[in-house]
Amino acid sequence: MTVTLFVPCFVDLLYPQVAISAVRLFERLGHQVVVPQSPACCGQPAFNTGDWGGECRDLALQAMRTLRAAEAIVILSGSCGAMMKVFYPELFARTKHEALAREFAPKVWEFSSFLVHKLGVTDVGARFPHKVTFHDGCHGLRELRNKQPPRQLLARVQGLELIEMGAAETCCGFGGTFAVKFPAISTAMAEVKCASALETQAEYVVSCDSSCLMQIQGLADRQRQPVKTLHLAEVLAQT
Amino acid sequence: MSSPAAQFKTDAKRITADLRHRATIQTAMGKYELVRDQRKHWFQDWEGARTLAARTKYEAVNGLDAHLLQFTRKLEARGTKVHWAGTGAQACAIILDLLQARRARVVVKSKTMTSEEIHLNDALARAGVEVVESDLGEFIVQLRGEPPYHLVFPAMHLTRDEIKEVFAKRLHDAPSNDPEELTMVARRQLRQKYLQADVGITGANFAIAETGMISITENEGNARLTAALPRTMITLMGIEKILPRYADLALFLPMLAVMGTGQALTCYNTMYGGPRQPGEADGPEEFHVVLLDNRRTLVLADVEQRDALGCIRCGACLNVCPVYRNVGGHTYGTVYGGPIGSVLTPHLRGLQEWKHLSYASSLCGACTETCPVGIDIHHHLLRNRRNASAPKTGKPDAWQRLLFKLYAATAARPAFWRLATRFGRFVQRFHGLVKGGALDPVRAWTGTRELPPIARQSFREWWKEHGTHE
Ligand code: SF4
Repeated sequence: MTVTLFVPCFVDLLYPQVAISAVRLFERLGHQVVVPQSPACCGQPAFNTGDWGGECRDLALQAMRTLRAAEAIVILSGSCGAMMKVFYPELFARTKHEALAREFAPKVWEFSSFLVHKLGVTDVGARFPHKVTFHDGCHGLRELRNKQPPRQLLARVQGLELIEMGAAETCCGFGGTFAVKFPAISTAMAEVKCASALETQAEYVVSCDSSCLMQIQGLADRQRQPVKTLHLAEVLAQT
Repeated sequence: MSSPAAQFKTDAKRITADLRHRATIQTAMGKYELVRDQRKHWFQDWEGARTLAARTKYEAVNGLDAHLLQFTRKLEARGTKVHWAGTGAQACAIILDLLQARRARVVVKSKTMTSEEIHLNDALARAGVEVVESDLGEFIVQLRGEPPYHLVFPAMHLTRDEIKEVFAKRLHDAPSNDPEELTMVARRQLRQKYLQADVGITGANFAIAETGMISITENEGNARLTAALPRTMITLMGIEKILPRYADLALFLPMLAVMGTGQALTCYNTMYGGPRQPGEADGPEEFHVVLLDNRRTLVLADVEQRDALGCIRCGACLNVCPVYRNVGGHTYGTVYGGPIGSVLTPHLRGLQEWKHLSYASSLCGACTETCPVGIDIHHHLLRNRRNASAPKTGKPDAWQRLLFKLYAATAARPAFWRLATRFGRFVQRFHGLVKGGALDPVRAWTGTRELPPIARQSFREWWKEHGTHE
């Protein structure tokens, strides 16, 4: 299959190794990867601040037009995935692009769900002999209902032990511009998250969302807490 | 005075630094979650119950005009006087008129958030009427001169020592910090007031259109005494409290109990259908119901958000909200705190002035996931944001728009993006000089968190070299 990989802006700039891991993994599984050059962003930052007009729509339209011919579009983020699958149809509701948005949505896959539900694999031949705990990104969990796929994948990684944290489903406090509009609240939320992750004594916090991990790692580093974060793709790429 | 938004930010900053407060709330909510989940399983099909509840409430709200008329007719048939109040001020005036006509000096009141919404206590106090809260939690926060902290648990933020302290100060009666002894003190005080009171004021949990009855559910029995002992009973309720049928209570009473407090059913569930009828031994001689709009009809007119009127004020969305759990109930600066408050307050008190509450959310969706009546809470926050910054009807933030414009223009063109990547990498070399300080443009982040650097090679740069494309 030809996998069209949509690499969100912050993954491109801050976490290239996540996307590189995904490319390597798909190639290892025998698929061909293509990467569209633009747009670099799905439009979510503007959308979430309520700015549903011009720029947000333009980016979304560009994304849909560039990607619509693809066999399957895979996004390395539950949040950007939710934007395309759930919010594009709402953004374009009652406009002339509504039909396009509806036809586009089912072609978009969040990374873990793509592996499990579209490709039908849970054992990707990975080996990662460490204790990890999993953080559910809210959009992946509640907009896309992706509770199980990442866990099914982790369960088949050789040597990996998953220790669930109490606050697995509790928001890390990132929330896009929320993190900088309300830094005190956002930080408090990250503290709750990190405390729960530390309780498990896992070596790594794994998630499908680099944005959440940026928040968790950012706080842990500042507070000198021994938390290390990895995107699921990075774990699955290990052999 | 500072704007509600500025006040919110200041208070949020102060209270999140109070680790003891955060621990108190987290612990209480943790316990709540445990019992709630146990009881939820007593429902054969919880999700089915939610769907039914959502449908019933939506039916109630969609046909509100007809339901209210039916409700009123039934009530009036048994001698109840119904009053319609368009605004909070009107409702206060109606109630004050009723009190003055009866020369009422002392009023007992059971728990009603609607009365908080219209600041009834203040209005009555200004007119020289003594109002005594009969719900224990409300009684305590009233002594402290505070608004309720939570829809269901008004005094949950207080330790027993703090309660003892306020009893000692205000009642000069605080034998120990033992909850039972403190409750006894409150009871003694309240018993006097029940007997003195000329009028009892209650809220309503549900209003049954079919039978013209008010349903009140409580754990202390204080609402019963408030309703039954004084000669006049006044019920203040928002027009959205309607349920179409009596039988609907079979679903809603246990649902409210489970989600509100984790009980299978609250201890006292009472129906009020009118004043004392001929031949009856007790009950109030007069019964008045005040129906309050106070901009609820604006929510009704908003097709997208109409379901928000279905809220049964169970507080479940507050309990699971990670924002509420860290900032607590008073920070919101409104009667209705937490997620549903952040949806409704902009409607009830003005979008531009209260939109910050709709922004003060990571949109995690825990509220929507838990809401028993299936209100699309977190998406409504998003819709409030959209309405607040709509180009014509709202007030878009000019700076932010400009930033997005620039960003979008860059993200849309590969060449611009490449350039921006290199530029960002260059600029960040100097970030260390200002990081976290007043000159740091991203200090909202770096004040408490580290920021990862732009990678030496971005993914797109890597792809150019290694990609399998031609
Ligand atoms: S919005 Fe839903 S969860 Fe929140 S208080 Fe109302 S009914 Fe309960």
